[in-house]
Amino acid sequence: MTIAAVLMLVQHAYDAQVPVHGAPWLWFTIIKILVVFTVLMVTIAYLTLAERKISAWIQDRHGPNRVGPRGLFQPLADGLKNIMKEETYPSAAYGPLFILAPVMSFIPALITFAVIPFAAPLPTPWGLVDMSIADLPVGFLYILAIASLGVYGIVLAGWSSNNKYALLGGLRSSAQMVSYEVSMGLAAVSVLLLSGNVSLSSIVATQIQTGWFAFPLLIGFFLFLVAAFAETNRLPFDLPEAESELIAGYHTEYSSMKFSMFFIAEYSNMVTASALLTTLFFGGWAVPFWTTVDTAPWHWWKTLITLVFFMIKTGFFLFLYMWIRWTLPRFRYDQLMSVGWKVMLPIALGYLVIMAAAVLGLEMAGIAPTARLGGFVPIYWAILAVLNIVLAILVFVVLDRGRLVSPAYARVGAVELAELRAMAMRRPPLTPAQGD
Amino acid sequence: MAIQVKVLERPIRQTSYVRAMLKGMAITFKHLANPHKVTWQYPEQKWDLSPRWRGTHRMLTDENGKSKCVACGLCPQICPANCIKLVPGEDEEGNRYPLVYEIDEFRCIFCGYCQEVCPEEAIHVGRHYENSEYSRAGFVYDLERLTAQTHPVCEMWDPADPRGE
Repeated sequence: MTIAAVLMLVQHAYDAQVPVHGAPWLWFTIIKILVVFTVLMVTIAYLTLAERKISAWIQDRHGPNRVGPRGLFQPLADGLKNIMKEETYPSAAYGPLFILAPVMSFIPALITFAVIPFAAPLPTPWGLVDMSIADLPVGFLYILAIASLGVYGIVLAGWSSNNKYALLGGLRSSAQMVSYEVSMGLAAVSVLLLSGNVSLSSIVATQIQTGWFAFPLLIGFFLFLVAAFAETNRLPFDLPEAESELIAGYHTEYSSMKFSMFFIAEYSNMVTASALLTTLFFGGWAVPFWTTVDTAPWHWWKTLITLVFFMIKTGFFLFLYMWIRWTLPRFRYDQLMSVGWKVMLPIALGYLVIMAAAVLGLEMAGIAPTARLGGFVPIYWAILAVLNIVLAILVFVVLDRGRLVSPAYARVGAVELAELRAMAMRRPPLTPAQGD
Repeated sequence: MAIQVKVLERPIRQTSYVRAMLKGMAITFKHLANPHKVTWQYPEQKWDLSPRWRGTHRMLTDENGKSKCVACGLCPQICPANCIKLVPGEDEEGNRYPLVYEIDEFRCIFCGYCQEVCPEEAIHVGRHYENSEYSRAGFVYDLERLTAQTHPVCEMWDPADPRGE
């Protein structure tokens, strides 16, 4: 079977069934909301356990292993404990916003997941059901819009607590979000260049046809990954919390379930960011190296297999989040700002120009995104991948040398360094104390 | 630069954040995959105490089950923390025995002098560390309690065998 025939089959499969509409559409949407919400909540609960387990293993410990077999019921115990805890309301806090803030960070974190297609559409007697709660035509813009709402919860929490640490955490968070959203958006524009559409389901469909975007957009993927870490306030960008400097940052004054809600928001942001990375760069629910599944007509087993693969890919990114958290130390505030504005933004801008030029050049050369050299090699994809690998070598090997984040940010010239050394040398050498 | 700051010579030209990060991640992954963990699963798995560990006291008894103590008064005399209370008594055969023998384990500094000074090898510090009580009063061990203890006792440092071999 030639590739063209396979693609025709894909096209055919897309058109074969009408999407579900009318009253069944409403029912299916309600069921999807309930199922996705429940699954997301359970996932988040178990992510807290995974975080603790992974941190323990990295530090050569066992981690929680007392509640239930191998500590599997630990999230239930934690949840119960958080509900039973006393709610404290600081007398100096501004009440309405103090209560509103956890809600403001909780809700955007949950509703971002609504547009992510987590499996292949499911055929039912009533029509084809999309496996995303709402397949918005502006899905990606929706995610950018809602994700930036999350910062309000943190800033309001910081301000309304009337606590200097909380306020500093909130301020840092807003500065960080503003700085990294720019490069996040710019990095994602390169995806939109290749897919030609902002709807997430069509981004996945394009990746099934042309191959995953992670390789032809390697730098974009890397920029998006870094910005996603910054957006979700995870290490090495967890300055709003910064336990060692700010107690707990913006949620210093919170207790009980309100504190828990900030945590749920953080973890659901992580899930959404991982799912988004999967969708934009790793083919969403597409199954790697097993084209029979990708090109097969819609069927319930296809939905199931693709769901499993989506979970595996998302799980990998969640693991990466934790792995990096327990490896890297936190950036200093000036390093954070300089990485955001002096490194990420210029690279993202330059990269966008290069990618746009490359896409335009390929179009002028008459190479279609779906063209395959000799019926097999995806030539469009391969050319962009080679270009990106060259750029990656330039960025990581040449640019990164002593320029990105150096241990001491202010780079010292040779003359200044000599001066500093002379100054340090002027100190009298340590002499042994009398009587030694 | 008013405060003298140590200026380290760093090869700034050669440093690379990404490469350093990957190196760090390789190290953490090695530990993640390492099945050997350092945690002691405490209630199930207990630390082997040194034979010279000095913990809460134990009074040894003779073959009749009575304490070996002859109420000579050396241990309250030598105790640097002054935590031993001894009231001597004498039976009709003229044998001295303690009427009251109490050790306040909160005041005790576990120096082990009482064991070292005891001519009858009656009072000992024990190889034991699980001492929780519901009240402070519970930490004043009386003679009954001290004789009822069963944990192994400390082998004091022997000048002839300094390494305890």
